[in-house]
Amino acid sequence: MIKAAMKPVVTHFMSHVPHVKALGIKFSNAGRDWAELSLPWSEEIVGYPGKDGEKGVIASGAIFALMDTVGGFSVHAARMSSSGHATLDLRLDYLRPARPGETVVGYSKVQKLTRSVAFVRGYAQDGERDDPLALMSGIFMFTKGAKS
Amino acid sequence: MSFDALAAAMAESDEGPMDSIPYARLLGARYRIEGDDVILTAAYSKSLIGSPTPPRLHGGAVAGLMEIAATAQVIHALREEEELPDLKPVDVTVDYLRAGQPEDTFAQARIVRMGRRVANVNVEAWQGERDRPIAAAHMNIMLKR
Repeated sequence: MIKAAMKPVVTHFMSHVPHVKALGIKFSNAGRDWAELSLPWSEEIVGYPGKDGEKGVIASGAIFALMDTVGGFSVHAARMSSSGHATLDLRLDYLRPARPGETVVGYSKVQKLTRSVAFVRGYAQDGERDDPLALMSGIFMFTKGAKS
Repeated sequence: MSFDALAAAMAESDEGPMDSIPYARLLGARYRIEGDDVILTAAYSKSLIGSPTPPRLHGGAVAGLMEIAATAQVIHALREEEELPDLKPVDVTVDYLRAGQPEDTFAQARIVRMGRRVANVNVEAWQGERDRPIAAAHMNIMLKR
């Protein structure tokens, strides 16, 4: 676990990333090689509108953004640095739609760090860890700042 | 849970916003129909930035635009059908090829195979030059009839 004192710092940092802020992604927790972020339900991120005024389902694209963000965050945690990296590829399996109104929590863990890439696995859930709504598999490549 | 409102808008006009989908509105996504093709545009907005210095688009925003492009292309391909099936994404894989610059972004999908139950779709996203894609995606969309 990162120290409790770190949480406001990380929260502050995240609130200054415009797209993270626009989606409403919030820092939840992090450890030695993992991270957890949350995406509260809001009308703005609905991708499948509900019928007759019912709450809609969060867009799969917003969940993709959550998992890309938490994946990158877990890489920062594992490397214990804020050095740059870029997502090389990211795959999500959408097991089921998110429950309307529920907060989606994204978890990512670095399985392997090499000199140039990090292999990550993760999942998204909206209440129960053993009932994930999406599975994530990704590779993040380290950048040295020169190339983009 | 359906895209009937978007399908109706696309049948009505060859170009327009996608305001029936709040998340598409958040991305600033607009569609343009050219024959059988649907091209999506997300005008640059600061809210799409994922890495402030230097400013780069959030990979998730690019992925989100590509997912919408895939869905819109499937809706367009099924425009002759009496009833639009429910469309559900099964999986998506995104390869990031270049950093997304703070510029307008475009996305276009190509249906590899339209089956009865599954549409298998490839998507590319680009900015200045069409032949320098910033990301490529592959997506399977389940059709529930």
